Amino acid sequence: MEEKIIEVNHLVKHYGKFKAVEDVSFDVYRGDVYGFLGPNGAGKSTTIRTILSLIKPTSGQIRMFGKDLQTDRNYILQRIGCIVEKPDFYKYLSAEKNLEIFARLSGVNVTKSKVHEIIEFVGLKGREKDKLGGFSHGMKQRLGIAQTLIHDPELIILDEPTTGLDPQGIIDIRNLILQLKNEHKKTVLLSSHILSEIELIANRMVIINKGRTIVQGSVSELLNAQELIVSISVDNIEKARQLLINASLEKAIDKIENNNLLLHISQEKIPFVNKMFCDNGLNVYSIEAKRKLEDYFLKLING
Amino acid sequence: MFWKSTYNEFIKIAAKPRSYIGIAAITLIVGIILFAMKMDGLEFISFVTAPFEQALSFEGNILNGNLIAFIILQMLIIHVPLLIALVTGDLVSGEGAMGTIRLLLTKPISRTSILFSKYIAGCAYTLVILLWMGFMALVVGKWMFGTGDLMVLNSDGLIVLQQQDLGWRFALGFSVAFLSLVMIATLSLTLSCFSENSIGPIVSTMAIIILFTIIGNLDVPVLQIIQPYLFTTHMMAWRSFFEDPLPYDDILHSLLILAIHIAGLLVIAVYKFNRKDILS
Repeated sequence: MEEKIIEVNHLVKHYGKFKAVEDVSFDVYRGDVYGFLGPNGAGKSTTIRTILSLIKPTSGQIRMFGKDLQTDRNYILQRIGCIVEKPDFYKYLSAEKNLEIFARLSGVNVTKSKVHEIIEFVGLKGREKDKLGGFSHGMKQRLGIAQTLIHDPELIILDEPTTGLDPQGIIDIRNLILQLKNEHKKTVLLSSHILSEIELIANRMVIINKGRTIVQGSVSELLNAQELIVSISVDNIEKARQLLINASLEKAIDKIENNNLLLHISQEKIPFVNKMFCDNGLNVYSIEAKRKLEDYFLKLING
Repeated sequence: MFWKSTYNEFIKIAAKPRSYIGIAAITLIVGIILFAMKMDGLEFISFVTAPFEQALSFEGNILNGNLIAFIILQMLIIHVPLLIALVTGDLVSGEGAMGTIRLLLTKPISRTSILFSKYIAGCAYTLVILLWMGFMALVVGKWMFGTGDLMVLNSDGLIVLQQQDLGWRFALGFSVAFLSLVMIATLSLTLSCFSENSIGPIVSTMAIIILFTIIGNLDVPVLQIIQPYLFTTHMMAWRSFFEDPLPYDDILHSLLILAIHIAGLLVIAVYKFNRKDILS
């Protein structure tokens, strides 16, 4: 049986009359890269901050590593590495000193050589003595990752880790997360507004909106349950359309766009349609299935 | 973990450029006072002693290092709170303004421990500032002006304290001055727990000191009721050690009032810091 690392049950956070989180529940299992999705103002940051004990919940329960966050805060936090929004550090200290400061509070003994090892791992070797004032956002993000990993935590929580990064920085962070999961067997809770990122690296996810859980589960299962938009390029579109009508698939036809036929069909029907076209003498140049998390996300959010 | 956190706070204070503003300001101000006294000190002394010269005759080195130290302490104890608040008012709110508080409070150490680490570091900084002031006033003052008996003018008249009787008076005077400044450090740290920027607690600390000082000096019966309980009324308690005989009751009363203020403010700071939602 899979071990639950995070259990969030009916989390509620109100600020006076403002309801930041209404009812959020989800479970993260050991080894997951868990996507935490929601539009702006959905309550993602409030939930993550509550998990990290930066915010006191109005009600609800958070259990991590089998223990209650309220009663075993330090036991839990010792096993977590995190970046909450921007990776902010002491500008008047060097990268190395910043790491040492946070490592000292991590609850484990971190040696100087470990600090240098982690600096090298995130690609900041040679800049460790430089003060943070001169660091770019990307470099601070790398240092943030270093800070997250320095005490070898079991769970890594990254809140919008790619915000403000250039494309290469985003790819680097994505690869790093996959490396953490595959090579270092870490559990990662990843909040991001870049949906394609979650689709690429998460195996489970939760979507929240207006402070409530909308759906949670395996990314592939949730997406496979959806119809695909299939774009088919053939040499005779009219004949293809007629074949689909004959096969009682006229409702699947969405539109003809740029000489391509757009269909709403399930994944299982793609080979059938392909075979039907080929058997009837059509030349099929390409079949492109689009199943974007973005579409699924928008469909859920917009009801 | 608590001592590791305290060590971290020492490193942070030592690395912050603003920590050296206090040291630089004291060096500059005391330097100016020493220079001014060297140039025009005798004139200043004769102005003070003029009303007594018909009845008394003054002999020896009146303008000495002990008098200079006494004058400097009296002048600077009013201004040093700003230099203290500059650092201690930033201890919590500065972390919020920089964003580092998010990382700091996700570490496996209680918020109370973090707060007390900062408090200890803030008190240590206060001590360093006071010791530096003491060094500049007493050591440099004696080096420049020599030593001698201390002539103190107070509401009862002129008191002359023997040179050999001054060491313990300065030691206890500085100790009580330290307690007064710790009170300021506690106030600004407490205000720092309520703020997300560095300037707010510093300005608020000074505003409170100015307000309480004004209330403490107004000769209005309704305000006289609260005047004995204002911490600003007891900020000059160090001066009591330069009276003869020592007003023990007054000193103890002042110490008690300052201690109650410090304890009360710490309770408020711990309560606020522990309940604070980190939204920055």
